[in-house]
Amino acid sequence: MTNALKNKLIDNAFKVFGIICTLFGLVILGILIFNIAEVGLTRIDWNFITSLPSRKAEKAGIYTALMGTVWILFLTAIIAFPIGVGAGIYLEEYGKKSKWANFLEINISNLAGVPSIIYGLLGLEIFVRAFNMGGSILAGSFTLALLILPIIIVSTREALKAVPSSIKDASVALGASKWQTIWNQTLPASIGGVLTGVILAISRAIGETAPLIVVGALAYVPFAPSSPMDEFTVMPIQIFNWVSRPQHEFAVNAAAAIIILLLITFMMNGVAVYYRNKWQKKIKW
Amino acid sequence: MRTRTQENIIEALLKLATSITILTTVGIIGVLLYETIAFFKEVSIIEFLTDLEWTPLFSQKHFGILPLVSGTILTTLIAIGVALPLGLTIAIYLNMYAPKGFRKSFKPMLEVLAAIPTVVYGFFALTVVTPFLQSIYPNLAGFNALSAGIVMGIMIIPFVSSLSEDALYAVPKTLKEASFGMGATRFQTSFKVMVPAASSGIIVSVILAISRAIGETMIVAIAAGQQPRLTFDPTVPIETITAYIVQVSMGDVPHGSLEYRTIFAAGITLFIFTFLLNTLSFWIKKKYQEKYD
Amino acid sequence: MQVLEKQQIMTGSQKLIEEKKTIIEARDVNVFYGHFQALKGINLTIKENSVTAFIGPSGCGKSTFLRCFNRMNDYIDEFCLDGEILIDNNKIYWNKIVVEELRKEVGMVFQKPNPFPKTIFENVAYGLKIHGIKDKTYIEEQVVKSLKDVALWDEVKDDLKKSALALSGGQQQRLCIARTLAVEPKIILMDEPTSALDPISTAKIEELLFDLKQKYTIVIVTHNMQQAARISDKTAFFYMGDLIEYDDTKTIFTNPKQEKTQNYITGRFG
Repeated sequence: MTNALKNKLIDNAFKVFGIICTLFGLVILGILIFNIAEVGLTRIDWNFITSLPSRKAEKAGIYTALMGTVWILFLTAIIAFPIGVGAGIYLEEYGKKSKWANFLEINISNLAGVPSIIYGLLGLEIFVRAFNMGGSILAGSFTLALLILPIIIVSTREALKAVPSSIKDASVALGASKWQTIWNQTLPASIGGVLTGVILAISRAIGETAPLIVVGALAYVPFAPSSPMDEFTVMPIQIFNWVSRPQHEFAVNAAAAIIILLLITFMMNGVAVYYRNKWQKKIKW
Repeated sequence: MRTRTQENIIEALLKLATSITILTTVGIIGVLLYETIAFFKEVSIIEFLTDLEWTPLFSQKHFGILPLVSGTILTTLIAIGVALPLGLTIAIYLNMYAPKGFRKSFKPMLEVLAAIPTVVYGFFALTVVTPFLQSIYPNLAGFNALSAGIVMGIMIIPFVSSLSEDALYAVPKTLKEASFGMGATRFQTSFKVMVPAASSGIIVSVILAISRAIGETMIVAIAAGQQPRLTFDPTVPIETITAYIVQVSMGDVPHGSLEYRTIFAAGITLFIFTFLLNTLSFWIKKKYQEKYD
Repeated sequence: MQVLEKQQIMTGSQKLIEEKKTIIEARDVNVFYGHFQALKGINLTIKENSVTAFIGPSGCGKSTFLRCFNRMNDYIDEFCLDGEILIDNNKIYWNKIVVEELRKEVGMVFQKPNPFPKTIFENVAYGLKIHGIKDKTYIEEQVVKSLKDVALWDEVKDDLKKSALALSGGQQQRLCIARTLAVEPKIILMDEPTSALDPISTAKIEELLFDLKQKYTIVIVTHNMQQAARISDKTAFFYMGDLIEYDDTKTIFTNPKQEKTQNYITGRFG
């Protein structure tokens, strides 16, 4: 009797503890967002978004960093999308079961675990030095594209895997070739999942700071970039730069820039989730 | 016949895309080795592994990696100290206690934590967590491993909780029912049946979280300081491997100089750590799959 | 010996079918999955414009055999075929054969209806498009004709732009047959096409088979012996990878030569 009561008590105590732990993460998230909003929200105005950087905190804006992030976003997407989706298709539909495919799979899961700063070192030696791109947007985009490749490949494979084989069988039985089947049936049926993965990967890329610092993105860029070969800075580096300064005014700038960066990140995540839900609802096998 | 050629071209292109992943691995290892070998031509490997100071940017140069390694291990330990109990409790709560709808909506909400750029966490650690900790313990330095480690731990909670929950979810329902059927409480079932049954999946999640913490850069670069020192005191400024690479990259170190090569020597150390951890987790995962097939 | 005996039995019965042209011929076909032998030395000929049923208990090899005729087994790891299969006197496992061309001639309908997640029109037009036909009027004509052939036209003629997934199971299966007919194959393979359907839908499809026989050669795998008896001209009974008996359907069901066949059709096992 007492024993059963004791067990019941422990059980309920752990339940409360579980609720506290679960809420803890969310509360921290709330504090983080609230704090940043409190510090930075009043700083955001049109001037802040359209001004060039400045040594005076109250005059400084994020224009060059924002443009740099937009450039990086598009170039990284253009480079990573075809390679990542192509590799995903190859691994899922062509190279199955061989020893080579097994090796590729291990390799990709390892790449996914390599710290992002190591990709920075790779980009520095290969794109910046060997390919002579310098600390340009292009070098940064190639580096980030390699960084997010494993994410795109894995999510592409997941999406392709979800297409029932009966659909592929039906297409093949009508005399469609392998590629015709992939292009006309498998890909259209899985495009929602593929795009979700790509968007999530790119949203990860625009939050990256360390690899771009290593490939030589600058903390101070006086003009917005106008070509892929230009020097650049991005939002996270601008934030890092402002955070590193002792004056409180720069911390306010950093918070304001963080709000913009979080808005972009959450928006992309939201679009990705929306896409995924829509796609899952539309197709019920 | 035309389609046959077309098919072959497409397959070759897809293969090419796949081979980029191999080239990336070869590139990473090649670049790290190339610069590190050049580094070890000037600095002995014994000094690198045993010297207790790391001061390559000073006039009195020392090249001992240990202070950077200790800084990395210290912040990682603090992070896991936060993430493991919290993450595992959350996983068990969501799997065993929470109402069904709760689980579905809370998991993605927690995963938001992993989607926030790390530079934001760095800002949070420096401007919120450190002042808060200083109000409890006034001797805490402005840059310290404790604050950075705790915030890093919060960031990796979803790694532990999501993957562990997946592992618990995969445990056959019959086991759970058998335990309940004998009159065990949810708590007893969780720790005596579910966690042991899902142990390999949970271990994998923790290893991946550790690997993530070791490679994490911006939080420690912002909040933990830039003073390499061989200590496990969490209240003083330290420097991690990653923060050092950022520090050098922010400055103007000429290409080909010894200082330039130090970041690759530091990089390869980092790479070896994470590679071993990733391989270990892959190996456990594979063994675990075979067990259930 | 056994084979010779069977052929003699065949020549004795139903002249009409035997006078028709041979369209499928299997010569000593052995199939292996790794070390497991799924089919053991099968010899069999199928005539044009007939319905042939393959029956037998689960795992007897009847589906495997069916899938040899359009080489759908090619995608299974460790699949290995020995012997020869001729369709229209062409060796289809000859490595210079273009598999896509073969499958245009030999269509297939699957166990579960598997329409593409596209419109009804797109489903039927798909086969024509992948075979390079761009003539829109021709495609439209073929779609209408195929849907009429499967008696689906009246039910869907106003909904051609709607998703095929909105159709009922029976309609979906008829759509899948229409999809196969659109590319005008010579042979249609059916792998338990009614096993996922209700009795009314099943009856409709069986009815359809009588009409289709005029233009196509049909080979059907079925679990349902009454179905085999109702719809087929000839029946082949498989057991554990062996072709036990192959004869006129009537003979198989009323006067089987083999004891195993007798036991199976009377429901003693299977």
